[in-house]
Amino acid sequence: MSSISSAPPLGPAVARPLSLPRWLARLRPGVILAGLVIAFFAVAVIVPSLLAADNPLSINLAATLQAPSLHHILGTDASGRDLYSRVIYGARQSVLIGLGATALSMAIAIALGGLAGLAGGFVDAIINRGIEVLFAFPVLLLALLFVAVFGPSATTEIIAVGLGTAPGYARMIRGQVLAVRDSGYVESARALGHPYHRIVRRHIFPNAMRPLVVIMTLGVAQSIVWAAGLAFLGLGVPPPASEWGALLDAGRDFVTQAWWLEVMPGLAIVLLALSITTIGRYIQQQLEGGIAR
Amino acid sequence: MSTPMPDAVLVPHGEGHDGGLSSEVGGGAPGAPPASSRAEDARRRRWVLARRVAGRVLGAIFVLWAAASFTFFVQTLLPGSRATLLLNESSGQQKNYTAAELAPINHEYGFSKPVLTQYVDYIGGLVHGNFGTSYEQHQPVLSIISREVGPTLVLTLTSLLLAWVMALLFTIATAKRGRVVSAIGSGLEIVTAGLPYYWLGVILLVVFAIDLDVFPVQGGTSLSGLVLPALTLGIPLAGFIGQVTRDEFEKVLEQPFVTSARARGMGDLEVRLRHVLRHAVLPAITLSGWALGALISGAVIVETVFARPGIGQVIVTAAESRDVPLVSGVVMLVATVYVVANLLVDIAYTLIDPRLRAR
Repeated sequence: MSSISSAPPLGPAVARPLSLPRWLARLRPGVILAGLVIAFFAVAVIVPSLLAADNPLSINLAATLQAPSLHHILGTDASGRDLYSRVIYGARQSVLIGLGATALSMAIAIALGGLAGLAGGFVDAIINRGIEVLFAFPVLLLALLFVAVFGPSATTEIIAVGLGTAPGYARMIRGQVLAVRDSGYVESARALGHPYHRIVRRHIFPNAMRPLVVIMTLGVAQSIVWAAGLAFLGLGVPPPASEWGALLDAGRDFVTQAWWLEVMPGLAIVLLALSITTIGRYIQQQLEGGIAR
Repeated sequence: MSTPMPDAVLVPHGEGHDGGLSSEVGGGAPGAPPASSRAEDARRRRWVLARRVAGRVLGAIFVLWAAASFTFFVQTLLPGSRATLLLNESSGQQKNYTAAELAPINHEYGFSKPVLTQYVDYIGGLVHGNFGTSYEQHQPVLSIISREVGPTLVLTLTSLLLAWVMALLFTIATAKRGRVVSAIGSGLEIVTAGLPYYWLGVILLVVFAIDLDVFPVQGGTSLSGLVLPALTLGIPLAGFIGQVTRDEFEKVLEQPFVTSARARGMGDLEVRLRHVLRHAVLPAITLSGWALGALISGAVIVETVFARPGIGQVIVTAAESRDVPLVSGVVMLVATVYVVANLLVDIAYTLIDPRLRAR
């Protein structure tokens, strides 16, 4: 009893926000590392010239297919262009395609999943079947169909990957909306006679959207990987763009002589995707920590 | 029809274990109703079952029809004249043609007919197993596919088998073996599940085929040429199956029947193999529809990395040369396989699980 009374009151102590250094100290090293990788690529997207001095398009025929060295830390390609600069300058296009595809996929998913979950009954059944239909098309094959019809371009990539990944998210959002709709607090709001639009706006929408932050973060990583895969097949943005998938595609012919042309742009994709996923999972843990566990 | 997908992992298993069973068990319980009513009951149940199966089949047919319509209407979105595209593709030029030059093409492929007629023709063709004719190879899509599908089937099936073996061995060895081993195990699964096929393939190619020279760089369809592609396709899938299985495995290890098996003196490995494993594989099996899609998408990339013949090469070349009927034919065929496979899994579940029958 005495120990309790001598301790500081619990409530306010928990609610007090941590100062920045203490918050950083609490993070796991993996999360910090992931944050640093993301920050690095964010700079590459916004001001690539800050990170890479060489012009990514300047050809130097005296230095073709050079292995990584101090001068060219990721080596050079068949035209003697500095691979590191090309990776840095390619970040913008790769990341924008990933973000665009995720935005499109989320818009479709929220519209379909939200409507299905809220309306229920007949509408739900119809939308559910529609989601099932989209599920029957593997992401990459759908993308190939779009490329065949519209020809390869960044827009095609965004539409194809966005549409291909949408059904999975739509189903998650529908489940989320259903769970929130049937929860106790929505029921009590209904019992209190709150109007429907208010319940949707104030209760269902914010609560159903919270897990979306995580899904969206993971979705960006996935979209970047898919879009690069499409470009790897030679069906992305045409050269001389240095989008990461296009770099992989260009390096394919030299894989027996110059491994770095394939391995390094791929490493950039994997590093960024893994970091985004790590951050996504961290946010997920934080959210769940506050609610369930 | 329930379509399995990754997020189904989050659904708690065994829900409805209590309520559903009671109506089934009631039939054999003491004080059961007289025989005539029991026969009546069985007949009613068969009727319910038949209706459920019929419902699933109708649902699958609807999905196929909608998928076909979607594929058709995506094709009609093609910008510009299809006949021009076709002539340019076959001649390798980029120019415009006069109406007289285009007329025979339009007539041959039916482009001059109203869209609705074309749609009816397309759906009618699919019903009769006609998936269209390639613009470039001037052959029915189905015969091109049946000629090329062999290596792709070998690759995907080998990878699937490999992925399961790797995932199960790994899970049995590392699940709940103290903090460090478990953390390394699940960390490895997360990393491998996220590896893009094109990167993993290149790494394996550079290390094992170029540097160590253990396997051929371009193996064709030989057995030694199968190893690296199958590993490339299998490792990320193994990571995924492992993630799903580990969660369940760790949950099952805490079940009372495991404790009771241990109390009877059963060794740890035997408990894992005989009792835990069969429960733990269920969620991953439910996701096999998703795995099918992942394998096919992956095969397209893996075949390109290793220059391996197969459907992947066919569809990539076709997309490059904008051979729309060939691409949409392959896509439609894969969708059909997916829907039929899911239908069979669904019906099997309905037949096996008494709870689904009773409802």
